[in-house]
Amino acid sequence: MKLSEIKVGESVRVKKIKGDINMRQRLLSMGILPGEIIKVEKIAPLGDPIDISVKNYHLSLRKEESDLIIVERI
Amino acid sequence: MEKRKFTIALAGNPNSGKTSIFNNLTGSHQYVGNWPGVTVEKKSGVFKYKDYEFEVIDLPGIYSFTASSLDEKVSADFLLNSRPDVVVVVIDSTNIERNFYLLIQVLEMGLKVVVDLNMIDMIKEKGIRIDTKKLSLILDSFVVETNARDNIGTESLKEAILNTVLYKKENNFHLKYRKSVEKEIDNLFSILKEKSNESDNSLRWKIIEILQGNREVFEEVKREIKIENFDKIINEAIERIEREVGEDDDVTTVIIEDRYAYIQGLIKECVSRELNVKERYDISNRIDKIVTNRFIGIPLFLILMWIMFELVFAVGNPLADILDVLFNKFAVLTSSWLTMLSSPLWLKSLIVEGIIKGVGSVVIFFPNIIILFLYISLLEDSGYMARAAFVMDKLMHTLGLHGKSFIPMILGFGCNVPAIMATRTLETKKDRILTILAIPYISCSARLPIYILFTSIFFKHSQSLIVFSLYIIGIVIAILIARFFKLTFFKHEVAPLIMELPPYRVPKLKFAFLHSWRRGEMFLKKAGTVIVAAVIIIWFLSYFPMGVDYASADSFLGRIGKLIAPIFSPAGFGFWQAAVAILMGVMAKEIVVGTLGTLSGLDGGTLNSFLISHFTPISAYSFMLMSLIYIPCVATIAAIKKEAGTKWAFISVFTSLILGWIISVIFYQIAALF
Repeated sequence: MKLSEIKVGESVRVKKIKGDINMRQRLLSMGILPGEIIKVEKIAPLGDPIDISVKNYHLSLRKEESDLIIVERI
Repeated sequence: MEKRKFTIALAGNPNSGKTSIFNNLTGSHQYVGNWPGVTVEKKSGVFKYKDYEFEVIDLPGIYSFTASSLDEKVSADFLLNSRPDVVVVVIDSTNIERNFYLLIQVLEMGLKVVVDLNMIDMIKEKGIRIDTKKLSLILDSFVVETNARDNIGTESLKEAILNTVLYKKENNFHLKYRKSVEKEIDNLFSILKEKSNESDNSLRWKIIEILQGNREVFEEVKREIKIENFDKIINEAIERIEREVGEDDDVTTVIIEDRYAYIQGLIKECVSRELNVKERYDISNRIDKIVTNRFIGIPLFLILMWIMFELVFAVGNPLADILDVLFNKFAVLTSSWLTMLSSPLWLKSLIVEGIIKGVGSVVIFFPNIIILFLYISLLEDSGYMARAAFVMDKLMHTLGLHGKSFIPMILGFGCNVPAIMATRTLETKKDRILTILAIPYISCSARLPIYILFTSIFFKHSQSLIVFSLYIIGIVIAILIARFFKLTFFKHEVAPLIMELPPYRVPKLKFAFLHSWRRGEMFLKKAGTVIVAAVIIIWFLSYFPMGVDYASADSFLGRIGKLIAPIFSPAGFGFWQAAVAILMGVMAKEIVVGTLGTLSGLDGGTLNSFLISHFTPISAYSFMLMSLIYIPCVATIAAIKKEAGTKWAFISVFTSLILGWIISVIFYQIAALF
């Protein structure tokens, strides 16, 4: 399932990253790798973007970006 | 002769404390920003250590060299082509894994590196230890620990830098990727090596980039090294790798995975434990519960913007008044002194009525501007700005702009020029140009003197409200302009957000104040050089032809003004002095006030009396609308030309002229009906 479908507070494992090569490089470089555990920390007041914790930091992603991150529940 | 001068590059993630390190090394007080895009320009400084001289280039804060943003490209280009003598990679020790990702790439480029483990105090207090000796051995580089905020470790850093440039040869760092990848790298390496002048490491780095699909490096290498069927060779190599790794992965994923796997191994060896994200964000999370709260988030942001404007006036105005008094006294003194020296009349007029009065009328706004910059600095340094972008992104995105456009646009409130420079952080040309086109409509600090002047006379009791309205109108127009150009010239996807939310930090007030002061100085320098030049021109056009009453309708200035004044009558200010002020405002918006000052004061009257007799509240607002919208100043036009090209500079200027006229006319005509 897509990261965008995950609710706040849930932790998931990354399975793969979709999208064009620029997007993939971007997301992967930031540490969103297959096998990585990420948690959806919060959502912005207007419903978008979301804030996730990955590696050791917080990253905000728009829905169209989190759509590209395929995850599985743990 | 032995080499005594060296070049150092400072590289590191945004928020790693890189700029503090830069400050500590060079002693110049540079800006410490908490979100990407602040340090876009290549900042440089110098320091001396033990008879050697070092030039330091502070590269933009970047996460990697994927070439998807201009910051990354600029940095990669500099490192690969200028090949500094040493690169100090500044690491945020509270976030080692991701920070090391950049470090690894710099090492792969074959450059000599000093590893600077910054914010070391923060992990030491949690009992975390890093085995710097082991790390140093594995990475074949000197490792130092620093606490840049308190300026601890700077001397060891300098020592490590010196030892590296003097005694270390090319680094031997080598990251081995998985077999399938290494096989192809070696293969390509042997093909390219004989025809290339590159160092081994640099060539290897380029091959790795090409395998990941980096078109720019590919084209570059293709041009330099003429090999038959280069495309085919690369594609086949990529295919072979992807066949081995399975269908879910590709070369890019594999390479990045291998790098992080290496880093994780490295951390296991050398770091007692990593700080976990909950610890790191303990306080920040609590603050964010309020700041990014569903109901409080946006109102809080608006309140913070409102406070900014209140502070600028409530605190700034009294200070401005003091400066005003001082300048007047100075003018009087100089006048009598010059009379005593029997100076020619024209010289006295030039100095007192022209220069002193003109420049003074702008300099008195220095306090207001410093306060504005200081406030923005504090918001940035504390980490709040990233939250503001987080909260506002959906709105910005809906308006066709990027969450990151928010940052240059906020800078636009201080000065449009650095704001336009800051658009380099936007990844696509489209986002950059749209933001650049929108920025001139953001009321910069130079327009503030105009607003303050007119509102203090015509809107005494609702000063901040009226000025706030102008700012809002500017923002609305900026958004509409971006929308308009997006729909007419660009119709593709918006670039991603993917923005870090760093931990909140207590801003170093000293840095914030010094930085604001520097920005204020920039404003004054602009006032100093451009305005003195402009004032002298105005003075000249006002004084001549010889014998006319100064700045009267008969002077050159008056004649020009008379010629174009009718254009402005539908807008409510169709008199030549307003026309002239607006003309002069093309040079720098601050000059509008100065010009009005010079023009009105010269027949003995005051600026205030002149304004009261020539404007009404409605025409005053109309004039302010015009000032808001029409042509950005020369410096801004130059910045637009530099960042977006001549074509867009013309479009921007032309649009603003037409729009400014239309809007002030519409406003005046409608308002006059009531």
